[in-house]
Amino acid sequence: MFPPIPNPPVTATPAKLGDNDLIRRSASNLRVPVEFKEPVAKLIDVSKCIGCKACQAACLEWNELHEEIGTFNGSYTNPPDLTENSLTLMRFTEWVNPETDNLEWLIRKDGCMHCADPGCLKACPAPGAIVQYSNGIVDFDHDKCIGCGYCVKGCPFNIPRISKTDHKAYKCTLCSDRVAVGQGPACQKACPTQAIVFGTKAQMKEWAEGRITDLKSRGYKNAGLYDPPGVGGTHVMYVLQHADQPSLYAGLPDNPRISRIVEAWKGVTKYVGLGVIGFAAVAGALHYLVAGANKVTPEDEANAEKLTGGGRS
Amino acid sequence: MSAPYDVESGDAVHPGHPVQVDRYTVGARINHWITAISLILLAISGLALFHPSLFFLTGLFGGGQMTRTLHPWIGVVLFFSFTGMFFRFWKANLWKSEDGTWMRRIRDVIAGHEEKLPELGKYNAGQKLVFWGMSFLIVVLIASGVVIWNAYFSTFTSIGQQRVALLVHAVAAVAIICVWIIHVYAAIWVKGTISAMTRGQVTGGWAWRHHRKWLRELVSRKPPGNSGTRGTPAE
Ligand code: HEM
Ligand code: SF4
Ligand code: SF4
Repeated sequence: MFPPIPNPPVTATPAKLGDNDLIRRSASNLRVPVEFKEPVAKLIDVSKCIGCKACQAACLEWNELHEEIGTFNGSYTNPPDLTENSLTLMRFTEWVNPETDNLEWLIRKDGCMHCADPGCLKACPAPGAIVQYSNGIVDFDHDKCIGCGYCVKGCPFNIPRISKTDHKAYKCTLCSDRVAVGQGPACQKACPTQAIVFGTKAQMKEWAEGRITDLKSRGYKNAGLYDPPGVGGTHVMYVLQHADQPSLYAGLPDNPRISRIVEAWKGVTKYVGLGVIGFAAVAGALHYLVAGANKVTPEDEANAEKLTGGGRS
Repeated sequence: MSAPYDVESGDAVHPGHPVQVDRYTVGARINHWITAISLILLAISGLALFHPSLFFLTGLFGGGQMTRTLHPWIGVVLFFSFTGMFFRFWKANLWKSEDGTWMRRIRDVIAGHEEKLPELGKYNAGQKLVFWGMSFLIVVLIASGVVIWNAYFSTFTSIGQQRVALLVHAVAAVAIICVWIIHVYAAIWVKGTISAMTRGQVTGGWAWRHHRKWLRELVSRKPPGNSGTRGTPAE
């Protein structure tokens, strides 16, 4: 068993995550010196999950959110997709393993991966609406969010959701408020099987090693850790029985990275775009200075009067 | 009366000193200014989201949320307003043989040597390119803009399509802002042009200098002395 995180002291604890801990801030240049915190991570061991959804309920409860009562649509996955309230969602996949002919029930806890290279943050146009702490947590600051939905397009995992009521973006915070006072995320605390564990990223990788060795000894020869390098690694990682095919798990991207289209849009388009606009304006001003105004001459007027027959020639 | 070369309805000559030429009707001018104001508001609100250094421009619209909300709606106004202009002006903007000559002598255009250019109808090739460029870009902008209009249309397209639309929208926006700069600069550089869109009239000298073919046609269409209903400056 992974040693549980002790309960918090009853006395008020000052938050340990503040503006000094930011390493990235959307649409901003950070000038504050950063004191680096130990990177944290949440490890989700899919092979240990029993699909009880205690984490999903704990998330709603801790964040004081309520999900609409929906309709049954043939799957345990409920609601059918992430919403602005359901920041995490158990996605159920029934898969027949062609090698063993066994039906495998793959249950993946979907939610923000807290990418080291966060596409959401890089796409966001509102200064400070998305921040990344030095411990790896990517968080949204709703006061600054303008509801444009750029983060949705920037995210390689299709995570953020824009609320239809307040038009702001919502996603898992990795319980930054709890982590700031030395706690683990609510989902982790609620999980009865320790399918979710939380600690430093180094600890989590080490813990995952043990789990992977165990799974391999039970015949899951492709068991492995999902910490995709395309987004610089993530601060939410999975232990997968079939790490060679992440997409089996309700479409987990095999090789996530920030879309090249998003990179082109937020990169070269901005510099070249402003450059071209500036060039056009400067070229106009210079032309005026060099060539001077194009003025109608008295002869032009006289010619027009002659043409119309009404003028004096 | 021969078939109009590219005279538009409402165009008329008023002999006098100086000669006054009606170039735009009141309707066309209102249509133009609604389009112009929408385009400027769109450029400002769009640029505010385009680059962090311009985000402060959202203050002009009442903050980020308001900017995000208003921009696409102004886009809808622009689209319908421009559609009106399109149907007013498209015919006079059809490409003619002298437009090619004008383009080939672009150096003389830039240097202001108009005596070396062919006689032109109501619009020169540069104005026509601005017209068609704007028409094309506005279609691209409304199409891509609707795809990225998150509040109402986010579920109609895939995220992959929305990414492409964002890139297309940003590039088209840069292009239309450049076309707009050229358009406004030309109006400032060529003196006597702005009154066409304020009072609807230009002087005969202006028409002689820049759009002689158009002036000749107006004159031949309208017997001299028979001035239009609009008041002409007394001699
Ligand atoms: C014609 C109808 C148009 C529609 C429906 C439209 C819609 C949109 C939408 C939905 C956005 C995303 C931000 C938001 O939700 O407000 C956006 C961004 C933007 N729009 Fe438009 N727009 C239109 C026309 C224009 C025009 C004419 C310009 C330029 C003059 C323009 C420039 C921009 C720019 C620069 C951005 C920011 C792109 C970026 O962040 O890279 N738009 N537009
Ligand atoms: S919706 Fe909010 S968080 Fe997302 S990109 Fe826009 S401003 Fe940023
Ligand atoms: S998973 Fe998506 S929302 Fe979460 S940090 Fe990565 S890019 Fe941002």
